[in-house]
Amino acid sequence: MAVVFDKPHALTDAPFHYCPGCTHGIVHRLVAEAIDELGIEGRTIGIAPVGCSVMAYDYFNCDMIEAAHGRAPAVATGVKRSDPENIVFTYQGDGDLASIGTCETVHAAARNENITIIFINNAIYGMTGGQMAPTSLPGQITQTSPYGRDVEKVGYPLKICELLSNVDGASYVERVAVNNVKNVKAAKKAILHAFRNQVEGKGFSLIEVLSTCPTNWGLTPDKALKWLEDNMIPYYPLGVYKDRYSGEEK
Amino acid sequence: MAEKVLMKGNEALAEAAIMAGCRHYFGYPITPQTEVAAYMSKKMPKIGGTFLQAESEIAAINMVLGVASTGKRVMTSSSSPGISLKSEGLSYLAGCDLPALVVNVQRGGPGLGGIQPSQSDYFHATRGAGHGDFHMIVLAPSNVQEMVDLTFKGFDLADKYRMTSMILADGTMGQTMEPVSLEMGEVKTYDKPWATTGTKMERPHNIVNSLFLKPEILEEENFKRYERYKKIEETEALYDEYMMDDAEICVVAFGIAARVSHNAIDEARKAGIKVGMIRPITLWPFPKAALKAASEKVKAFISVELSMGQMVEDIDLAIRCAKPVLLCNRVGGMIPTVKNVYDSIMQANEIGGDR
Amino acid sequence: MTKSILLAGFGGQGILFCGKFLAYKALIEGKEVSWLPSYGPEMRGGTCNCSVIMSDRQIGSPIITNPDILVAMNLPSLDKFENDVIPGGQIYVDSTLIERKVQRDDVEVFYIPATKMASDNGMRTLANMIITGNIIKHCGDIPHENIDAAMAKVVSAKHQDLLDVNISAVELGYNY
Repeated sequence: MAVVFDKPHALTDAPFHYCPGCTHGIVHRLVAEAIDELGIEGRTIGIAPVGCSVMAYDYFNCDMIEAAHGRAPAVATGVKRSDPENIVFTYQGDGDLASIGTCETVHAAARNENITIIFINNAIYGMTGGQMAPTSLPGQITQTSPYGRDVEKVGYPLKICELLSNVDGASYVERVAVNNVKNVKAAKKAILHAFRNQVEGKGFSLIEVLSTCPTNWGLTPDKALKWLEDNMIPYYPLGVYKDRYSGEEK
Repeated sequence: MAEKVLMKGNEALAEAAIMAGCRHYFGYPITPQTEVAAYMSKKMPKIGGTFLQAESEIAAINMVLGVASTGKRVMTSSSSPGISLKSEGLSYLAGCDLPALVVNVQRGGPGLGGIQPSQSDYFHATRGAGHGDFHMIVLAPSNVQEMVDLTFKGFDLADKYRMTSMILADGTMGQTMEPVSLEMGEVKTYDKPWATTGTKMERPHNIVNSLFLKPEILEEENFKRYERYKKIEETEALYDEYMMDDAEICVVAFGIAARVSHNAIDEARKAGIKVGMIRPITLWPFPKAALKAASEKVKAFISVELSMGQMVEDIDLAIRCAKPVLLCNRVGGMIPTVKNVYDSIMQANEIGGDR
Repeated sequence: MTKSILLAGFGGQGILFCGKFLAYKALIEGKEVSWLPSYGPEMRGGTCNCSVIMSDRQIGSPIITNPDILVAMNLPSLDKFENDVIPGGQIYVDSTLIERKVQRDDVEVFYIPATKMASDNGMRTLANMIITGNIIKHCGDIPHENIDAAMAKVVSAKHQDLLDVNISAVELGYNY
């Protein structure tokens, strides 16, 4: 019997603990497919710090490290410097990467560390139960912004891709979304490109993935996808922000 | 025997680390340990190693964690305020059971404090290096040769027990130049089947992790770790004795405080006072048995330290409060003088002989 | 024999260097030695000092409270440390830079116009080594030997051309 659909080898058989409708599962799969397609599972080390994806070590078949909140790019730097021939990726959420770990992120980019960062931006702290994230939208209601994010008082969201595109060291920065088939396909291409860059020694690559959090957004999965499209994409435009080796900058 | 060379403590330590097989150093500038970083920045590129000035102390210790995960020898060095920042990483290193060497060339605190020598991170090193139940092996060099020897040993113990070794030095030990022999003997290597170096598609994936959401499992992890700690306490405590054979007063001091005490003891001996010294070389594990044994002979102890009596607690615990423990201390970057210690010895000598 | 030497002056006078020279010389002669500089903001332009101890036995503290020998290469150093020298000790004064006399009468004092001598002999930066030569002459416990060998250890590889002039400066001070 012909196999028409299979699980990537780089994923384990462990069932995901993610909430129904959460897009982490999709992104995990895209990362695993990229690892499979490049044939690098045996030399890949993944790093997942604190956040909903902290237990990603159970889901990826490659060697995994669980890092402290925000510190994955620093840990990845150590791993990569130790074994430069290995492929090192981090998988970080928005609170992790854009708040507590902004320093580590920006400096890993400045050094053009030859690593791949998968940045899940769902505009909220998922694991701790729906607090305002550095990427929560103006006016967005969360547990800690119950009257809506008041930019006058708490400031504006951080646009990571725009920020990093101005860092000389960064090699490849792209923002994608996983809210529909077309975007998922584009996301897959971007993630594959980010891993291939590392294999080819092209340096720091970061893919920001606009994602949903139906549970903490208080929406059904389908409405969450719609909310992403209507609210997040206009604020966080998709596209390549920097690609040193193709010249097609936004 | 190898020819002795004059080296600064900080540089001798750095060279010893390289000789111990450390090829990865991460740090952030802070006085008074800069020579370690400077030495590494010169040497590492020449021997194919990594020197990286990190964006912060926090990043540096996490880079250390990254290399440690791959099973290679790695270190960072800093001074007190920087060590506070590394505390998070120290806890994660312990939770992940990773070997690493961390150097703290202490300066006065709290807060920004000063830049002169201190021992006031004693509690931090021996008790509270971060959140959670854990220990580090804490080594306290008292001369430049020990900056070398204990660095070498620190790497070995770290690998042997899969934990952090801390060199707890002070500004004086870092800055002093003394003759050292760099003949270290062979570097012992340890199997590290847990290292995240890639599965090569030949084994199940390794996971370096400190997260255990099931309390039963986290408890078990802690119990297992403390079994190891127990063995370390039984077998790895190091100390040195000076003139303890007939001593009625026992000075307890480490690092620069022990050097000053050495002079004061010589002076007091000239005055006919029977005083000796137990110098802890490991602060954790603390040489409890040696102090307990001494407490059966001496009438008093004196803790000479550059902190506010932090070591007094360990002495009291070791001797079960059997004898009085006097404190002779200077802090904030001041160092007890020979006279300070001498006067304390005289004061201890007044204590009635309830032997 | 244990000798403690405190060398003090301005940053840039080569205080640490001559301390290292004396330390290395003693090491070559089989002595225990320690060398401890002052460090911190003091290093940047202000006063600078360094403690050298040489001994036949294990050295206790590398910190010197009461030196056997004080070398004062500027007035602030003499003001600061004059009274710390042990009775019967020695003070070496660069009399080009320090006009006043030592006030104590229980120490042996040597006035050497080292800065002027250095300048007169075309070795402008070597007042430190001239005084060092004079210490070797008067100290009693530091032999007039191994100067070449010790100097070779402390003059860095890229400054080997300065080896001879440093040795000459020591001899100049010794013969003063």
